[in-house]
Amino acid sequence: MLLAIDWLLLLEKLVLIVIIVSVSLVIAMYETYAERKIAAFMQDRRGPNRAGPFGLLQPLADGGKLFFKEEIIPNTSNKFLFILGPCLAMMTAMMTSAVIPWGGTVAVFGRSVSLQIADINIGILFVFGVVSMGVYGIMIGGWASNNKFSLLAALRGASQMISYELAMGLSLIALLMMTGSLRLSVIVDQQMTSGVWNVVYQPLGFLIFLVCAFAECNRTPFDLPEAENELNFGYHQEYSSMKLGFYLFAEYINMFISSVIMATLYFGGYDIPFVNEAALIAKGNNWIQWIGPLVLIIKVGFFIFLFMWVRWTIPRFRYDQLMNLGWKKLIPLALLNMVLTGALVLWLKK
Amino acid sequence: MERLTNRAKAVERKPMTFLESLYLWNIAKGMGITLKHFFKKKATISYPEQKREFSPVFRGLHVLNRDEEGRENCTACGLCAVACPAEAITMEAAERLPGEENLYREEKYAAKYEINMLRCIFCGLCEEACPKDAIYLSETFAPANYQRQTFIYGKPDLLIPHPKEEPELYAKAAGGRVVVKTGN
Ligand code: SF4
Ligand code: SF4
Repeated sequence: MLLAIDWLLLLEKLVLIVIIVSVSLVIAMYETYAERKIAAFMQDRRGPNRAGPFGLLQPLADGGKLFFKEEIIPNTSNKFLFILGPCLAMMTAMMTSAVIPWGGTVAVFGRSVSLQIADINIGILFVFGVVSMGVYGIMIGGWASNNKFSLLAALRGASQMISYELAMGLSLIALLMMTGSLRLSVIVDQQMTSGVWNVVYQPLGFLIFLVCAFAECNRTPFDLPEAENELNFGYHQEYSSMKLGFYLFAEYINMFISSVIMATLYFGGYDIPFVNEAALIAKGNNWIQWIGPLVLIIKVGFFIFLFMWVRWTIPRFRYDQLMNLGWKKLIPLALLNMVLTGALVLWLKK
Repeated sequence: MERLTNRAKAVERKPMTFLESLYLWNIAKGMGITLKHFFKKKATISYPEQKREFSPVFRGLHVLNRDEEGRENCTACGLCAVACPAEAITMEAAERLPGEENLYREEKYAAKYEINMLRCIFCGLCEEACPKDAIYLSETFAPANYQRQTFIYGKPDLLIPHPKEEPELYAKAAGGRVVVKTGN
């Protein structure tokens, strides 16, 4: 009985994994393009516009260039760890997409397929666990390079991630008090049925989560691990060719994933605003389930734009400011938010 | 001490309030500014397709001028080479032979005339020094190249097209600055 594997389910999941991985890779690719375009527009320039129409082939050209670059491994470095670093960064970046509900259940060839790879009951905890593994990519890369700038950057990165993960977790606890479930699909379902997104109940929590997400992705104003001017690109200073590409790519995938998570937790996931999906589906409009993922991508697009918008607006924090903001501002605020939410939930339940 | 301007601002050193120290309002203000720039007209000129208008006094690559009959003006007097602060000009003079009157305006002409564009500082002193209106700085600049040797421009590169045989090219090379002298 144990050997009776549902081959179709396996196939279905495999296809889904391939689709989601390639979609995240393509999105990460075009994030680099968007980043350059947005940076250019905010600085009254035009950005890449030579490779293909509107420069749309630019990411391919960048990738090709990275592949043809010389592969340099410093001979005083620890070779194994040096190669492990970028792989780890890339792997952790890709893994989180497994538990994200990309859409409802759609009918394909008569089978109803859930657009979520693994609907595990600790969904959000899994995301947190994997994301915090991401710091190992930076740590190992920085350490293995045998370079003091890289090491400093790695240390900075590690302490920054740990400090901001705390506030992030605390703001999340407030949210979980309301939803009562760690399962991401349940969190989205609740928002869909009530029609009110969590951000309405948790504005402060969302704000804290957003700030921490910036820090987790090492994006400006929290890009201290790769501080271009004082640490010479930080932990990936010694990297060249596609290993560097992996690090940079991992950053963009992380940005995509954290945008998805923010959209899922606080902005209703694949919920179409002002539309009652359940009623429509009951009337037999199953196509609406295909719109869901698109809506999610639009929300994600907004967050990605926000990430870039902030990056090209504000300068980097000083290290002490960063730590002050994390420990003395965000954590107390998150705690306050948590206590308030807890009290309110108790009061309303009574 | 008396102030030089009235724009000086007293530095405020009072510690930030909690709300200020979250930077949110200021960040939002900054983001407003960048968003405004997002929709602004871009300052870029897409170079090979679009070209920026040069100012009328722009000093670019030299042209060796001809008169209206297409004869070379230069008489190889060497005044331009003397005037040149960068010592970029070299020339060799030759005597006009009978039957070459349609080629050279004066009895002496430059058989070889070279300007090293890597030395030249485009000051225009050669143009000022020339008594024969023979050298002008045009409105183009030296294109990039891989070899230094290619930046030594000889007579074929410098001479302006023939005004009778290729009047359009001549007009283009002459631009607005080259004086076309008629008669002697
Ligand atoms: S422009 Fe100035 S530097 Fe150049 S050749 Fe003429 S005199 Fe010399
Ligand atoms: S360009 Fe003018 S100054 Fe120079 S040699 Fe010829 S005539 Fe004399």
